[in-house]
Amino acid sequence: MRVKVIVTLKNGVLDPQGKAIQQTLNGMTFDNVSEVRQGKYFDIDVNESDENKAKSQVEEMCKKLLANLVIEDYKIL
Amino acid sequence: MKSSVIIFPGSNCDRDMDVALKKFGFENQMVWHNDAKIPKCDLIVLPGGFSYGDYLRCGSIAGKSRIIKSVIDFANSGGLVLGICNGFQILTETGLLPGILQQNKYLNFICKNVFVKIKNKENKYFKKIDKDVLELHIAHNEGNYFCSNDELKSIEDNGQIAVTYCDHKGNEDEKNNPNGALKNIAGIFNKDKNILGMMPHPERMIDPFLSGEDGSLFFNNLIESL
Repeated sequence: MRVKVIVTLKNGVLDPQGKAIQQTLNGMTFDNVSEVRQGKYFDIDVNESDENKAKSQVEEMCKKLLANLVIEDYKIL
Repeated sequence: MKSSVIIFPGSNCDRDMDVALKKFGFENQMVWHNDAKIPKCDLIVLPGGFSYGDYLRCGSIAGKSRIIKSVIDFANSGGLVLGICNGFQILTETGLLPGILQQNKYLNFICKNVFVKIKNKENKYFKKIDKDVLELHIAHNEGNYFCSNDELKSIEDNGQIAVTYCDHKGNEDEKNNPNGALKNIAGIFNKDKNILGMMPHPERMIDPFLSGEDGSLFFNNLIESL
């Protein structure tokens, strides 16, 4: 089955790319954009039919590789 | 003294490091990332570069490569492990050093000489260096050191800050912080001070005709300390 994961920066962690995107949007007349935070999205195909098992494996993957918990949070969709 | 430089796919400072180590008397060997074991040595170096194209996060993929288990075992047994630039990023991703190197604050790749202040000389890496401020070279896109407030307090309390960005007189102000790093941090130790990660490249400053010689001070001290 396919598991979807989103990795985002924790609140308070500087996101210079998000900031640059926000400023660009403001310059493009989208001047009501007050903040942009950039993250990562993963589609992971796991050879496992049990949804709970697949998600718990993906959770391990998030902790060990996909996210760096010093600065990032993950969310399994 | 024997040293091992580990080569990852995308390392590009491995040969410069090999030249530098040999120049100052190390018997150096190059070790491939997919080897199972590191040959017996006194120092392991993780060189600069762009291992695995900086995919996912800088150093994250290299941090899971086959050789890393023996690097961790060597480090945990007190062996000296030095990570320069991408090597520093790999050390944080393996958890051997706290924190992480984020993208530079102003989103630019920085390639220039900088001054760094030595913050702690009670270790083998800086013990006998007479100077307090060194001129070294940096070349990176992700050198913006970050860690949590608790972690910062802990590394400050344990004297784990190794070098900080400063001017030629040693002023560590925001003006001389090239990448936005927390507290101008350019390099840190682990608690036991046998592991050092730093963004500046001492191996690029070993020839008075090409660059400068403050890197020579670093390697001279290192071989004398071992």
